[in-house]
Amino acid sequence: MSSFQGFSISEEEKDNHSKEIGGQVDTKEEINDYIAHHLKDAHDFHLFSYTSDSGERKHVGFSLPVIIWSSKGLVSFMSSEFHHDDAGHTIVEKNGLKFTKIHSKIYELDANATAVSFDDEHHATNAHKVLDFSITKSVFGILIAGLLMFLGFFSLAKGYKKGAIPTGIGRVLEPLVIYVRDEIARPNIGEKKYKKFMPYLLTVFFFIWILNLIGLTPLGFNVTGQIAITVCLALFTLVIYMTNGSKDFWAHTLWMPGVPYILRPVLAFLELVGFILIKPFSLLVRLFANITAGHSVVMGIAALMILLKAQFGTAGATGISFFLTLFLMVIEVLVAFLQAFIFTMLSALFIGMAVEEHDHAHDH
Amino acid sequence: MYNLIGAGLIVIGGGIGLGQIGGKAMEGIARQPEAAGKIQTAMIIIGALLEGLAFGALLLGK
Amino acid sequence: MDIFNDFSIGLFAMQAFILIVLIFLLGKFAWKPILNAIEGREEGIKDALEAAENAKKEMQNLQADNDRLLKEARAEREAMLKEAREIKDKMISDSKEQAQLEGDKIIKQAQAAIEGEKKAALADIKNQVGSLSVEIAEKVIKEQLSDKDKQLKLVEGLLGDIKLN
Repeated sequence: MSSFQGFSISEEEKDNHSKEIGGQVDTKEEINDYIAHHLKDAHDFHLFSYTSDSGERKHVGFSLPVIIWSSKGLVSFMSSEFHHDDAGHTIVEKNGLKFTKIHSKIYELDANATAVSFDDEHHATNAHKVLDFSITKSVFGILIAGLLMFLGFFSLAKGYKKGAIPTGIGRVLEPLVIYVRDEIARPNIGEKKYKKFMPYLLTVFFFIWILNLIGLTPLGFNVTGQIAITVCLALFTLVIYMTNGSKDFWAHTLWMPGVPYILRPVLAFLELVGFILIKPFSLLVRLFANITAGHSVVMGIAALMILLKAQFGTAGATGISFFLTLFLMVIEVLVAFLQAFIFTMLSALFIGMAVEEHDHAHDH
Repeated sequence: MYNLIGAGLIVIGGGIGLGQIGGKAMEGIARQPEAAGKIQTAMIIIGALLEGLAFGALLLGK
Repeated sequence: MDIFNDFSIGLFAMQAFILIVLIFLLGKFAWKPILNAIEGREEGIKDALEAAENAKKEMQNLQADNDRLLKEARAEREAMLKEAREIKDKMISDSKEQAQLEGDKIIKQAQAAIEGEKKAALADIKNQVGSLSVEIAEKVIKEQLSDKDKQLKLVEGLLGDIKLN
């Protein structure tokens, strides 16, 4: 089971919920917990923890604002009020409402409850999830990526006012922009219509790439490994290619010419399922699964440092895990680019399918 | 336990598929080195589609 | 499908909102000017290349023209030279002939003149020799005939000569 911790928390891990975030990580279960926790979104920005000389556990990081839509409207407070608790032990009272955090989700307790009670499957019985618009770690990461994009591309855009050839960081960014245009948009969408979709494709490409790369830094972001993020990106692509479908596209999708009339509804159904469900689903699942799998494998290999300590000694275990992690990280850097490329490429391909106009006669 | 077996089957299937794609692409490139760019792009797209399939199956089996 | 339990509507909403803002802002202030600038530059490069190509073609045309002109000029020069040479040769041969004729004529005239002069000179000399001889003979005879002995001696000498003959 433990090999699957990348995708969700397995049952044993759920039993192990009483751990505080940032506690000492020694055993296999604690490592699994730690990785599972990393893969999830968090309400505070936690870099690392250590035990001080006086035996006190210290956490390095900062808290982020919690903004939630509760039964009494918007409530906001700093996540530090949860005191790094992630198992529903600490209860924060605001506006006469009680909130707690269980596995990175914020719950509102029922009016008369004072503590969270759990059923056998570790679902809270007297609390419900609230709409959570907090500046979570992922939102924070998105903001950083957005800021980086603004800084980089505004300076590139400004550079063109001075001369036709960019200077500084623009020299790196310009070829990437041209790459997206010439290798992704143009061949897949077509020379006539690609311009309209360039802003979306460029934004998505750099957004995913930067967030993938930020995810590889020790800051511990896992933004593109959040299912909500990839669902959102895939939905954007879906909306764009559905709203920009050409007449030919709809004619071919809904009433395929040249096919017996009986088969046409069946084909229309299959085509619609393909375009509305399967294509966005493959987009979102691919990105999510790649990044999640990459993060959990890297962290798992890094955890060999702890697991192999008994057999190889501290130095040996550290060396083994260092070189394996280094090797994996190199692959992950490649994957970070590849996933951004593939997402943009497939988006462009789907958009290209939708906007394509057949200039030949409809006799097939 | 069963989902691990399922995952193994998915990996076998996906591996065969990826091997086919990669191998054929290599053959294609060897036959027509000037078309290497186009073949590579097509290879990556098909590989990505296969990957999506495999990941989808993995998640469904989960 | 455990993963969809992790789906956070709040995060989705935040992401959608930020992504829309990003696409809009970047589209307006970054992608549009960047793509326009790149396109403008590419257009410029294309135009410049085309212009260079045209210039090259023009150059080639000019070169071809030049070559043709050069060839023509060379041919003309060649022809002119040939003609000149022919003319020269002709002139030389003509003048040679003429000179020959003239020379011959002159030589003949000269020979004729020389012959005439010679004859005249010879006639003159004969005349002079004749008169001189007569004078000499006169003087000699005058002198010799002034003395009897000498007259005799002369006669004897003359006779002796005759004997010798």
